[in-house]
Amino acid sequence: MVMGSIMKIQKETAEPANLSLASSGILSAQNVDVFYGDQQAINNVSFEIPENQITALIGPSGCGKSTILRCFNRMNDTIDICKVTGDIRFAGQNIYDPKVDVVALRARIGMVFQKANPFPKSIFENVAYGPRIHGLASSKDHLEEIVISSLKRAGLYKEVADRLQESGTGLSGGQQQRLCIARAIAVDPQVILMDEPCSSLDPIATAIIEELMESMKQNYTIVIVTHSMQQAARISQKTAFFHLGDLVEFGDTEAIFTNPIQTRTQNYISGRIG
Amino acid sequence: MPDYTLTTSENLQRRHAAEARFRWIGRLAVLLSLGFLVLMFFSISTRGMGAFGQTHIQLEIHFDEAMLDPNKQRDPQQLARANYKPIVNQALFELFPEVQTRRAQRSLYRLLSSGAVFDLANMAGQNPDLVGSTQLLWLPASAEVDLFMKGKVDVSLEEKLRRLKNNEIAWINQLKVKRQIRKKFNTAFFTKGDSREPELSGILGAMIGSFLSLLVCFSIAFPVGVLTAVYLEEFAKKTRFTDLIEININNLAAVPSIVFGLLGLSIFLGVFHMPRSTPLVGGLVLALMTLPTIIIAARAALRSVPNTIREAALGLGASKVQTTFHHAVPLAMPGMLTGTILGMAGALGETAPLLMIGMVAFIVDVPQGITDVATSLPVQIFLWADSPEKGFVERTSAAIMVLLAFLVLMNLFAVFLRRKLEKQW
Repeated sequence: MVMGSIMKIQKETAEPANLSLASSGILSAQNVDVFYGDQQAINNVSFEIPENQITALIGPSGCGKSTILRCFNRMNDTIDICKVTGDIRFAGQNIYDPKVDVVALRARIGMVFQKANPFPKSIFENVAYGPRIHGLASSKDHLEEIVISSLKRAGLYKEVADRLQESGTGLSGGQQQRLCIARAIAVDPQVILMDEPCSSLDPIATAIIEELMESMKQNYTIVIVTHSMQQAARISQKTAFFHLGDLVEFGDTEAIFTNPIQTRTQNYISGRIG
Repeated sequence: MPDYTLTTSENLQRRHAAEARFRWIGRLAVLLSLGFLVLMFFSISTRGMGAFGQTHIQLEIHFDEAMLDPNKQRDPQQLARANYKPIVNQALFELFPEVQTRRAQRSLYRLLSSGAVFDLANMAGQNPDLVGSTQLLWLPASAEVDLFMKGKVDVSLEEKLRRLKNNEIAWINQLKVKRQIRKKFNTAFFTKGDSREPELSGILGAMIGSFLSLLVCFSIAFPVGVLTAVYLEEFAKKTRFTDLIEININNLAAVPSIVFGLLGLSIFLGVFHMPRSTPLVGGLVLALMTLPTIIIAARAALRSVPNTIREAALGLGASKVQTTFHHAVPLAMPGMLTGTILGMAGALGETAPLLMIGMVAFIVDVPQGITDVATSLPVQIFLWADSPEKGFVERTSAAIMVLLAFLVLMNLFAVFLRRKLEKQW
C-alpha cells in the first residue's frame, strides 16, 4: 500500500510548485543538476533563498538536500566525480564562474557540518584560525576580541571563558557544535550553511542551538538541512522539500506544513514517505 | 514444552574445547617466537660480552732518551714516529730475565699486542715530557693472551695444536701471581676503527659511517617521501596514472635491497662518478630503498586524518595548501615519523646494497665527513664474521649487540614520538 503510493508519486509532475516570488534572494539556484559519476543526484532544481531568514531543506535520506547545500559554497569541488551544471548565484554573481575565488566564496558562505568537527587544538585556536588565515585581525588584541565576540554570539563564551586554552575536542557534543558555529561566525560570513547540525545532539543541546539560530538570523542568512520536520517547522521561515533529487515544493514554512500543494509533500509530512 | 536447560550440552562442550585448543595454539606460537628471541639474545650476549673487556699487562716502561729522542728536541711529531719496540721489549725482558734464547724471547715479546707501541707513541707525542722518565703502564695484551685470560684456550689440547705454547702460559701465570695482568674495560672497542689485530679493532669507524649514511638517507628520503605522499594523497586527482604510481611504489617496497645496491653502483658510481665507498653514496642508496616505505607510511598516516578536519578548514575558506599543511600534515606527523624511523632502522641494518657500492672495504680510519671512505655497522659485522682470527669471534657478537642496541633505541624513540605527538579527537 505504501509502496504503491510512492510509485504513483514518482509518476507525478516534477515541476516544483509554490516557488518563492521574492527575487531578492541572496542565494539563487537556476536549473541546477548535480551528478556523481553517471548518477544524477539533483534534477533541474531552481529556487531562491531570501536574506536574513532561515531556510530549511527537508526530505528523506538520499533526496539530495545535503548535495544542494554543499553546492552553495562549492564543497562539492573536493569530490572528484561530482559535476555541477546550471546557475548558482550569490548576490547576483555566478559562483561557478572561473573568476570566482573559491577561498573568498567560502569566507562569505560559512558552513557547519553534521558531525561537530573542531580542530584538535585549543578552543581559542579553533575560533582564531579563520580570522588568522584571512588576515582579519590587525593585532593580537583585535584577534582576541574577534574570538571572544564570536564565542559570545555562539552562546558559548560563558561556558568556556576560563578554559580558552583547553582542547576544543574536550567539550561536550553540543558545545563542540556551538564552537564550530563560533568558528564559522569568526570569519564574518553573510550566509551560514548548516548540514544537519543537531543530528547527533540531545534535545537540550538541540534547543540551545535552535535558540542560537533564531538570534543569529538578524545578521546572517541561514540555510539548514534537517531530517526533522518539527525542527524545520519550529525555526524556519522558508522550507524546501526534496525528494529523489527533485525540489518538490518550496515556500513559506507555514504554508508547506499546513497546506502543502503537492501530494508528495503531503505524504512526507504525514509520514508516508521517509 | 520450552527448553530451559542452562547446563552444558555436548554441542556446547565441543565449542568450548575448540576455543581452548585455539587459545593453547596461540600461546604456543607466542612462546615459540619468544623462545627464539631469548635464544638469540642469550647466544649473542654470552659470546659478545667478552669483547667489552680486554686483557692488559702492566709494564715498567723506561722512555729512553737516547733511543727515542737522540737530538733532545722533544718534537712531538718526531716522538710520535719514533720506534718504541725496543723499549717495550726491554720492559718485558726485565720482567722475565731468565728467558735467554732468541726464540723464547721472540715468543715472550708476542705476549703484548703489536699495537702497544702505538699507544706509547701517542702518549709520548702528546706529552713529550715523558721522555727520560719511567712509567708504570697497562698495555694491551695480544689476542691469544686475551683469549687465554677469558678461558677460551683449551689447555688440554696438545701443544703443537695450540697457538699459545706452554712457556707462554707459564709466563701469563707468573704475571697473574704478580697481579701484573688483568682484564680492563675495552675502551679501544668504542674509540677505534677497524684493524687486522682483533685486540686493536673497534667499531667507532663503523658507527660513524652508519650515522653519516643514515643522516644522508634521512635528509633525502624524509622530505622527498613526505612530499610525495602529501601530493599523491591530498592534491593529485585519482586517475589511472596515479593508480599506476601507487602500484609501482608498493612494488618498489618489495624489491630486494641488493637491487638498489646495483642501481647505486651503476648510477651514482657509474654515471655520476661519486666517490666510492662513502657514506654519501651509501646514504643515497639507502634513501632509494627507504623511500617507498616512508611514502606508504606517510600516505597511511594522511589517510587516517579524518576528512571532517579537512572539510572544516576548507569550509572556513582555507586554501588546499593551508588545509594540508595547517591540519592534515601536522595531524599525520606522528604516523609519518614513526614510519620514517622504522624505515631508518631497516636502513641501519642493511648490508647488501652497501656491499655493491664498495662500503665493504677494510678501512682503518674513522670517517670525518660524508665523502670519506667508510664502512657501516652491519658490514663491519659481516667483515669480522668472515675473519679467520679467533679474537674476532667475540667482537662480531659484540658489534651485533651494539647494532641491536641502536635498533632498539630507534624503535623506542618511534614509540616515544608517537605517544608524545598523538592527538585525540
